[in-house]
Amino acid sequence: MAQIICRSLTLGYESTKVAKNISFSVQRGDYLCIIGENGSGKSTLVKALLGLNPPISGEIEFGDDLRKNEIGYLPQQTQAQRDFPASVEEIVLSGCVNRKGLRPFYSAKERAAADEAMKRLDVLSLKKRCYRELSGGQQQRVLLSRALCATDKLILLDEPVTGLDPKAAEEMYSLIKKLNESGTTVIMVSHDMSAALKYSSHILRMGMESVFFGTTSEYMNSPHYLNRGDLE
Amino acid sequence: MISTIADYLQYPFVRNALIVGILVSFCASLLGVTLVLKRFSFIGDGLSHAAFGAMAIAAVLRVNNNMIVVMPITVICAVLILRTGNGRIKGDASVAMLSVGALAIGYLLLNMFPTSTNISGDVCSTLFGSSLILTLSTADVWISVIMSIVLIITFVLFYNKLFAITFDEQFSAATGMRTGLYNTIIAVITAVVIVLAMNLAGSLLTSALIIFPALSAMRVFKGFKSVVICSAAVGVFSSALGIILSILASTPVGSTIVAVQIVVFIAFSAVGKLLQRG
Repeated sequence: MAQIICRSLTLGYESTKVAKNISFSVQRGDYLCIIGENGSGKSTLVKALLGLNPPISGEIEFGDDLRKNEIGYLPQQTQAQRDFPASVEEIVLSGCVNRKGLRPFYSAKERAAADEAMKRLDVLSLKKRCYRELSGGQQQRVLLSRALCATDKLILLDEPVTGLDPKAAEEMYSLIKKLNESGTTVIMVSHDMSAALKYSSHILRMGMESVFFGTTSEYMNSPHYLNRGDLE
Repeated sequence: MISTIADYLQYPFVRNALIVGILVSFCASLLGVTLVLKRFSFIGDGLSHAAFGAMAIAAVLRVNNNMIVVMPITVICAVLILRTGNGRIKGDASVAMLSVGALAIGYLLLNMFPTSTNISGDVCSTLFGSSLILTLSTADVWISVIMSIVLIITFVLFYNKLFAITFDEQFSAATGMRTGLYNTIIAVITAVVIVLAMNLAGSLLTSALIIFPALSAMRVFKGFKSVVICSAAVGVFSSALGIILSILASTPVGSTIVAVQIVVFIAFSAVGKLLQRG
């Protein structure tokens, strides 16, 4: 049983369709990269998976013990967040916010979960630091810890290395790979083709005319990849 | 000077002014942090103008207690602004439209159906709150006290959720939080605070009570909780000092409070700069 199965999704807003015929499935432990040009509907697909913007048609099914709202999400950072006055701990803890239901305050268990998530991403030593004073790479790791607080079954990363220098980007990728190896399913939207091919197990390539879904090695032997010259 | 203040405190209207002023600015400054960080300050500004329009309607209807009319109208405006303003630019324009529209209609109503011979005096006092805080009725005081306590309790209970959606609405929605509901709660609280704060500073100056303390606190403090606590302290301090100064120097209350807040803001900015260098 797959964690997520999408069947012939058509995505868009109200009357405008941005992508159609999208079918794919994600198994536990997969590392799926979603690639495609700007405007091919990657962000819309992310929003559909998160339940923020339901698909126009088609269905998204969750299974294998994964429920809707159990996706750890790493959004693209907004400008407002970059200078937000908050400590690292406050931000990571906010990942637990939906776990606690109507209870107003965090329990010791949730604080321990937050510590654990910070430890896994190597930001525990920054716990008391101010978020806006961290480097871009550190900020991303903090946000990823927050996503892990929400769940460690499946994480969905939207362009996680945008704006990072090559060294920080490489660190980020290897941390994500480590999480994946410890059993967390990864779905990553990426512009970075070489990293996508290097780390992923599956590729979903979105496009106006045709959509590709398969393993990474299948992708590298497909016409999409072999004829990519005319796309880039 | 201390003895002069002590003399004044014998008067119940001075004590009422201080109690209501401190509670209301406490609420306003708590809320301010969220509004400023969510880039919602403009909603506060728009709503305070809407509240002026509502005040004019209340005056024309000659109701006993203005708040019965003003509070619901402002709350409805708050929800409308939030619901229609999904796109940022569209939201901006709709708030601008609502706020100037309410000002114009309010003034028009007051002139068409004059309630006293001194219209400009009434308008001036509604806009700048010159002496409203010193003429509160017992009912006004109780309404303000109860509302403030309700708001403070709501804020504490929802503190962590407020933080989550202030920092990242998309993430919170993705983890299953009902962000629409919480945004509506924020808008309703904002409307209530503005109506309460209008007694203190008048409709043109209320948004100062909301945004100044938060902005001052953010110059110096770096954690969300410390910003919230500092903002509340700044709000309470500025209002208390402003009210006392205005009584001693016979200046308008609202503008005196805002003047104090400007000074505090400049001082905090300087401290923030120094800390950055040090």
